[in-house]
Amino acid sequence: MSDSRTGRLPAAPTIHGRIVRLTHWVNALAFLILLLSGWKIYNASPVFAFRLPNELTLGGWLGGALLWHFAAMWLLALNGLLYLGHSFLSGHFRRKLWPVSPAAVWADIRAALSGRLAHDDLSVYNAAQRAAYIALILGIVLLALSGLAIWKPVQLAPLVQLFGGFDTARVVHFVAMALTLAVTAVHVLMVVLVPRTLLAMLIGRLPTVRSPQ
Amino acid sequence: MIKLKMGERFATLRNREIASLERRLFLRQGLSMGALSLLAGCNVTDEAGIENALRKISSWNDTVQAKLFDPKRLVEEYPASAIVRPFPFNAFYDEDGIPAVSAADFSLELAGLIRDRKPWSLAELYALPQVTQTTRHICVEGWSAVGQWTGAPLRHFLERVGADTSARYVGFKCADDYYTSIDMATALHPQTLMAFRQDGDVLPAPNGFPLKIRVPTKLGFKNPKHVRAIFVTNEYPGGYWEDQGYNWFAGL
Ligand code: HEM
Repeated sequence: MSDSRTGRLPAAPTIHGRIVRLTHWVNALAFLILLLSGWKIYNASPVFAFRLPNELTLGGWLGGALLWHFAAMWLLALNGLLYLGHSFLSGHFRRKLWPVSPAAVWADIRAALSGRLAHDDLSVYNAAQRAAYIALILGIVLLALSGLAIWKPVQLAPLVQLFGGFDTARVVHFVAMALTLAVTAVHVLMVVLVPRTLLAMLIGRLPTVRSPQ
Repeated sequence: MIKLKMGERFATLRNREIASLERRLFLRQGLSMGALSLLAGCNVTDEAGIENALRKISSWNDTVQAKLFDPKRLVEEYPASAIVRPFPFNAFYDEDGIPAVSAADFSLELAGLIRDRKPWSLAELYALPQVTQTTRHICVEGWSAVGQWTGAPLRHFLERVGADTSARYVGFKCADDYYTSIDMATALHPQTLMAFRQDGDVLPAPNGFPLKIRVPTKLGFKNPKHVRAIFVTNEYPGGYWEDQGYNWFAGL
């Protein structure tokens, strides 16, 4: 398989482009900061009858958590817009996340549960992955919209109305956090099970290994 | 009278608060930073630098919020049935710390960029034309409660005493040593009130007797209670919580 003129191996094919990798890791960092500072903010006045583990929160006190939260929201939003803009314009979504049929997702989930889900060609996402990534993207969009509603309930009153009022918007924000976190947990578990994917998301491709002739 | 030396006392208070913020933010909760650095796989050591950066972003958020603020947009009003009773008490002290303000001795001091700085007695204040609003009070902690307030629009008062309404800030000082400040655009908003009554009665002591500034376009901590002085200035006056790290604009 080596190039006949240089004798070198051709570069391995790109699995994840630069922008997708960059925005993915910036998003993971912003999500983590928002998650942990958000838990501290939640604890200041819990919507539900429980508190979240304070040792895991970020910011030290409510004021510190708010500083983190309202800083990381910019990182998440600007980075998210870059990712969405790039993915729609470049055809990334059309190529990698589309189509996704419920039947195929269901078949993949069953295969995954019985340990038979294939992800050999890393440049193609299976149906379960597509569904998970679409859920994560929508989860973050919902988090951003409900977050905007409770941040600016007067200036963005129509958005609050859309969520059914200020208190409901708070609940939506929390539930969107919980669901997105749950899908993320499964997502990271899958990465642990197929660690090659992590390498590809970090450096863009898998290192070429000279196959014995 | 407070006149212009009002800045001094609050400046020392402010410095103390900033020092205490640094402790609260980063030393007391080293663990939480630890958890993040562990998870992020890097070692965050420059805590003062991080705090500095976060504060810069917070003042950028002030700028963005001032742009987002529509001086003509009115806050939603609620029916009387939505009023929460008893209205929650919240302050930086417990209920036993509520100041006992004497109605007879009370006088509202005016300072800074105001033409007519004569103090106002309670009787004079009560004689101002008043309006009633039933609006949602939203706390920075996340809870909210609908309440009803009656009082004089701050805008009318500022115009009447000849305040320089092109100045940047309106500051408030309170009988419990609380202090805060708002941008002029918000001070001039039609629903920003000098509230003397709540829910049909004279403002109860826990809710700020005799004067609370009701700012329905801002978080609760920007609604000072037991106000004893109002000043107009172009120099950033900060606030009790703001100096510890709460976002200053805190608009809704
Ligand atoms: C430390 C945590 C995370 C790790 C280790 C991780 C790892 C990965 C890896 C390895 C892939 C590529 C999968 C493959 O090639 O089969 C991927 C894709 C993806 N991840 Fe994550 N991820 C993390 C956190 C998150 C979070 C928090 C979100 C969103 C809430 C997220 C959303 C996505 C999305 C949307 C894709 C598809 C990207 C695309 O092709 O456009 N990830 N992740």
